[in-house]
Amino acid sequence: MNKLWLIIKREYLVRVRKKTFILATLLTPLAIILFYALIFFIPQWTNETKRIVVKDDSGIFTRPIADSKQAKFKFSDKSLDELRKTYKEDKFDGVLHIPDFKNLNNELYIQYYSDQQIAITQKGFIEGRISRRIKDHKMTEVGLDQKQLDQLKTNVNLKQTKQTLGADGEIEEDNQEANAGIATAISFILTMFFYMALILYGQMVMRSVMEEKINRIVEIIISSVKPFQLMLGKIIGVAGVGLTQILIWGGAISLIQMVLVPFLVGRSGTANLPETEGMENEEVLAQAMNIMEAFGELNWSMILPMVIIFFLGGYFIYASLFAAVGSAVGEDQGEAQSLLFPIMLPIILGLVISMSMVNNPNGGLAVFGSMFPLFSPIVMPARLAFDPPVWQIVLSVVILLASALFFVWLSARIYRVGIFMYGKKPSFKNIVKWMFYKA
Amino acid sequence: MSILRLENVIKTYENHTAVNNVSFEVPKGSIFGLLGPNGAGKTSMIRIITTITGADSGTVYLDGEKLNNDHPGQIGYMPEERGLYKKMKVGEQLMYLAQLKGLSASAAKENIQYWFKRLNIEDWWDKKVEELSKGMQQKVQFIATVVHGPKLLILDEPFSGLDPINTNLIKDEIRRMNDEGVSIIFSTHRMEQVEEICEYITLINQGKIILGGKVDEVKQQFKENLFKIDFTGAVPADLASVNAADADWEIVKQETGSMTVKVSNDDASNRVLNYFLKSGLHVSAFNEILPSLNEIFIKHVGESNE
Repeated sequence: MNKLWLIIKREYLVRVRKKTFILATLLTPLAIILFYALIFFIPQWTNETKRIVVKDDSGIFTRPIADSKQAKFKFSDKSLDELRKTYKEDKFDGVLHIPDFKNLNNELYIQYYSDQQIAITQKGFIEGRISRRIKDHKMTEVGLDQKQLDQLKTNVNLKQTKQTLGADGEIEEDNQEANAGIATAISFILTMFFYMALILYGQMVMRSVMEEKINRIVEIIISSVKPFQLMLGKIIGVAGVGLTQILIWGGAISLIQMVLVPFLVGRSGTANLPETEGMENEEVLAQAMNIMEAFGELNWSMILPMVIIFFLGGYFIYASLFAAVGSAVGEDQGEAQSLLFPIMLPIILGLVISMSMVNNPNGGLAVFGSMFPLFSPIVMPARLAFDPPVWQIVLSVVILLASALFFVWLSARIYRVGIFMYGKKPSFKNIVKWMFYKA
Repeated sequence: MSILRLENVIKTYENHTAVNNVSFEVPKGSIFGLLGPNGAGKTSMIRIITTITGADSGTVYLDGEKLNNDHPGQIGYMPEERGLYKKMKVGEQLMYLAQLKGLSASAAKENIQYWFKRLNIEDWWDKKVEELSKGMQQKVQFIATVVHGPKLLILDEPFSGLDPINTNLIKDEIRRMNDEGVSIIFSTHRMEQVEEICEYITLINQGKIILGGKVDEVKQQFKENLFKIDFTGAVPADLASVNAADADWEIVKQETGSMTVKVSNDDASNRVLNYFLKSGLHVSAFNEILPSLNEIFIKHVGESNE
């Protein structure tokens, strides 16, 4: 036990102290901050205010259009042709032509003439301003005021309440409400995360096994500890590295979401929001609130511990398989590729099943994928967001943990032989034989 | 009393027997040469002794006890293929290896510092292994082997890759540890080193023991009763006829100033010396020629391969 701890400690510290680890761990949150900064600031920095001359043939624009950072508008009575020829001399960036609309209920086309491209945000901004003005015009035409309009506003939100019919004929309501959109998003994120984590940390274990075999220190270590202890110590040590990284990233991302995003949103104000085409500010906010609400409604106290159990179970299965492959190959990285195929295949299949599952989260493929232990670490966490039956979760966990024990045991049997095999690249037949060698 | 005893040890791999019913003993406090050509089964044997692998059958005793999980801490093993973590610092690495052998952190540190001082490398603690030359890495490797104070040292080709100065340094350390009671198994095919260092040898080939015992006794056992006479003066004229009359000895080789004769019994050597003394020659030396281990090695490995 003491020796296992020594191995875990070394495996962990060696990696956590590496410059590449520190850089990757710290740069990722920085990259996220940068990403947000780009989203929020770049439109403001790059888009200088457009000066636009407007030719209105529709007669709807009786009041001037309010200026903003994005664009300043000035109406002109000159003819369109003349404006298109002279707009540059008059220090405008472009000409906006609003034609005489025959029928305001059709899709309306307006035209912008310029020698420069306008940015998408500016396009959205102009569209927003124009459509709001046309809406105001329509309202006065039919005799509506803003208050009446607010009363007309309807926001329908389909919420599902799960129910089962109890043995006594009573309806038993499941308290949590499912929101398919959010569940899909969550399950997509979890799937991608598990997929990448299994490969990333599994290969970390594999490289470490190969390194010890290639530089031959493995013989010295194994003269002090059992091969199983070394392999297990390595797997646990790298798991620690992974958890450290995930915790740092998770912490950084939550911090960014809680502190930086509100700050940026506050700074940039709501002026940028009409970019969302045709949608009013309040609607955007309402939708955001809906998302937050649905997010909170998921049963996190169940999902989070399950995510950790499935992560560890899947990690132990795949990391031990990666370790077995690492022990079997020698110096040549290329050799590992063909042996890696049977490991990568179930990971990729798991990803595919998980991705297709969102359409039918309780279908046969989804249930199979969440039971079969090589797929379940990727499929089941993603399925949790769709609230599968409890018995399936329990069964899946039991199968997963039993399989994790089995695969660690099996890989250890390959590992203890493989680390001392040099020379010819082993075939699958050889590797299967190794499993039956006497220690 | 023996520090190590193997009894009928067998180890078979897929389709060859690496260790074929081997039994031998290593006397406590001795330097023991485990000899054999490449692929003879030396490494397989050592891996069984160091508990890296288990034997298919047979028993290994360390200091009278059946090999168990406490024993790795009493054995120091330096494999032929050297290995260290290249990116780790020397001090940290030795701390790790010493603790894996069961030392406490404080004892490990104390022992490492002791060995750093002995090998004049006190300022190496924070150096990374990859910054050291090959010869310097060997010193670290040696410390890794002995840092936990083993009572049995197993050294597989310990001098390969060492320059003459470091070879002597390590050789002296091996002798000094042996004087302090550490038993040493020395696996090699460099016979001149074996003659210089070992008291006992076992020669193995194709997984089997061909011969073994005290180095002197092995040499006596395989001597060919050859004597070499160095002399000055003319070769006696009656040499050929005397030699022909006394069938107990024959001349094998004749050069100016020396002659090699083969005797067929112990008395014959006296008669040979007598004859030359009386013949009026000036005899400057009369020596028995014992076979070198190298000759014994080549002869017997060759024979057992036939």
